[in-house]
Amino acid sequence: MSIMENLGIVYALLGASIAVLLAGAGSAIGVGIAGQAASGVVTEDPNKFAQVLIMQLLPGTQGLYGLLVGFITLSKIGILGGNLAAVDVSTGLMILAACLPIGIVGLISGKSQGKTAAAAIGIVAKKPDQFGKAMLFPAMVETYAILALLISFLAVNGIQI
Amino acid sequence: MAVQQMQKISICALKQDRKSILEILQNMKVLEVTSILDDDKEFHKMDTSSERLDFEKAASLLDQALRVVEKYAPEKKSMFASLEGKVLIGKKVYQETVEKKEELLQISKRLLALEKERAEQKASIIKTENNIESLTPWLGLNIPMNMQGTKYTEMLLGTMQNTTLEQIYQNLAEDIPEIEGVDISIISSDTDMVYLAIICMKEDSEKVEEALRSRGFARPTQIWDKEPASIKTDLEDEVSKQRARIIEIEKEVRGYESRRSELRILADYYRIRAERYEVLGQIPQTEHTFLISGYVPAKEVEKIREYLINRFQCAIDVEDLKEEEEAPVLLENNSFSSSMEGIVEAYGLPKKGEFDPTTIMSFFYVFFFGMMLSDAAYGAIIAVACFILLKKYPRMSHSMKQSIKLFFYCGLSTVVWGILFGGYFGNIVDVVSGKYFGKTIAVPALWFLPLSDPMKLLVFSMLFGMIHLYVGLGIKGYKCLKDGLVLEFFCDVVLWFALLTGLILMLIPSDIFASIAQTQIVFPKALHIIAKALAIIGALGILLMSGRSSKNPGLRLALGAYDLYNITGWLSDVLSYSRLLALGLATGVIASVINQMGSMMPNNVLGVIGFIIIFIIGHTLNLAINLLGAYVHTNRLQFVEFFGKFYEGGGRAFRPFAPETKYVDIKEET
Repeated sequence: MSIMENLGIVYALLGASIAVLLAGAGSAIGVGIAGQAASGVVTEDPNKFAQVLIMQLLPGTQGLYGLLVGFITLSKIGILGGNLAAVDVSTGLMILAACLPIGIVGLISGKSQGKTAAAAIGIVAKKPDQFGKAMLFPAMVETYAILALLISFLAVNGIQI
Repeated sequence: MAVQQMQKISICALKQDRKSILEILQNMKVLEVTSILDDDKEFHKMDTSSERLDFEKAASLLDQALRVVEKYAPEKKSMFASLEGKVLIGKKVYQETVEKKEELLQISKRLLALEKERAEQKASIIKTENNIESLTPWLGLNIPMNMQGTKYTEMLLGTMQNTTLEQIYQNLAEDIPEIEGVDISIISSDTDMVYLAIICMKEDSEKVEEALRSRGFARPTQIWDKEPASIKTDLEDEVSKQRARIIEIEKEVRGYESRRSELRILADYYRIRAERYEVLGQIPQTEHTFLISGYVPAKEVEKIREYLINRFQCAIDVEDLKEEEEAPVLLENNSFSSSMEGIVEAYGLPKKGEFDPTTIMSFFYVFFFGMMLSDAAYGAIIAVACFILLKKYPRMSHSMKQSIKLFFYCGLSTVVWGILFGGYFGNIVDVVSGKYFGKTIAVPALWFLPLSDPMKLLVFSMLFGMIHLYVGLGIKGYKCLKDGLVLEFFCDVVLWFALLTGLILMLIPSDIFASIAQTQIVFPKALHIIAKALAIIGALGILLMSGRSSKNPGLRLALGAYDLYNITGWLSDVLSYSRLLALGLATGVIASVINQMGSMMPNNVLGVIGFIIIFIIGHTLNLAINLLGAYVHTNRLQFVEFFGKFYEGGGRAFRPFAPETKYVDIKEET
């Protein structure tokens, strides 16, 4: 009985972990890819540091979205306050399912956004005056992470415990 | 709020006034020079490239000299030096400096020569130090290294690897047993090298050396003609002399620090001259006259005309632009909206005949930005910081000023949204009051807390998005009407408005919307019918009319159906505004994560310090990343969703003939 009782919270915690872990990994990969391109540009022209740094940061938001969903989940199941809520298995699985969008989309879009940001850094290197346009391409990728975040957030928020 | 009307001006004047007229035009900064005619019989263009090159060379010489001064006497700069802008200098100072140009150029040359000498001295120090190093093992030798020997004996100097005195003797005994009387002494040795002085009979020397060489003996790479010890002293003297010279050079360079500002002014003087000669090379001239022509904003034309006519003998001709002529674009907006001109410019200036979207965009921009950041404290920090920068550095460059003003307004908007949504560093008031004062004080949101009612905010986000998009479509309609394209206005704008409005009105009373908005909205029956009618009229109209350019009825219907498919584009555009909610939540939730982390600190003095440190670092990071996010995504909403409805861009910016300076601005006395 007690195993079954606890299993719910384990699933919920797994959901929070997946959200933070996958989305964070996606951002780490993305920021890493963009950072390599950024370093190359700064080697040639240190004055572009601020511009390329902004570009490098763009794929970093997925990690934050994962953190956001993870945090909401943790506070929902009471891990943060220290009073574990009673979560049955099906609710736990629901929370796990709710966390999947931001986790998976965060991972994939983080990586893709990193590549796009690296390409946009190329624009900044050659045509610094086109910074505004260059910034837009990585932002396009991020839209889908935002949509995933919304669904994950609304779903976690909507599950009654 | 518009694109400034341009006119074309042609000024024909006497050659004797050429210099003054060009100078005046350059300082007025309102004329973009165009070359109108190619060389013909009467008019010739002057080749000014060599003069221009001379001026550019002089400017670059001064720049290099300034860099040398900067290297040894760095100017103290504050963190915000880039905001300070160019120094403003009076005309008198400028002229006085220019009069000293010969002297200043001499100084620059001197500075470069000093820099060169210093580099040479540096290189020679390294060389000498290497010499000293290679000399060190021989210090024990108290005779000159190039000593040939005595009457009957000869001295060999050299090195061998990994060996000992005994072994060498042994080797010699094995290799050349016939020779005797070889004296070997070790001068010094280090880990793997032995430094030897070998004395033998003159006639044996070749054999001895040969034998030793087969065992790895090598002569020293450098031979001095004095005792090593005294050579070393000499070399060390030389190094210290060279060092002293370097210090002297640096001191002399530093001595020119006071001339820095003059060098700067002169560098800019040459830049201005180079610019003027470039224009001079473009304008056609006859023996006694010259002709300059270009674009001028219409409202400046009278100013130029009056100014020149009163002072010089000249003919000025102003004409309106021809129909097909693509004029350079200069935007003009009120103080608030002009701060967004940079954003429009980043997308593309309005092309010919297009509407300047800056004013309308600016309100949405500030509105959406505030909503995405939505934290009163963050907004206040941004607004105050920008305000201080604007007040403290009134001379910052124009584009910098625009950006900072933009963030100032966005900061104010963020404060308003923060108050509406109850965000002050996330939930800092709750956390601090609950932790340290034992009583949780919740700051009430003026409107509602997004975290407790996200669906409501989602609906409002889409509503705001819909308004934004409707305005975009409306502008397209306005443009069509202005150009007299009534049919386009009806088919591409009115029908879409009908279709979309009908669909929205049908959606609002439905169950799906009720579950999202959590309230059931009941419309009167008549409205239902109107909604359906609008949607059907719109859809049919688009189906029939979109392909009107095609004569073939089948193709026309197919094109219409394809255009109708654009409804999915509208759906995704509206959904895109859900980022208003998502980014707002991100700011608030991550801020409360930081506060939560801080509140986990123990309740004592160290805990409070820890709390403060977490608070400062955490909120700085959160502010920075969310500021970036809000900026990027507000831009996106304007560029993709809003501009996508009506705006193309692609105009060319107005680049007036003006003094292109690097360090100083020269005050005009007009």
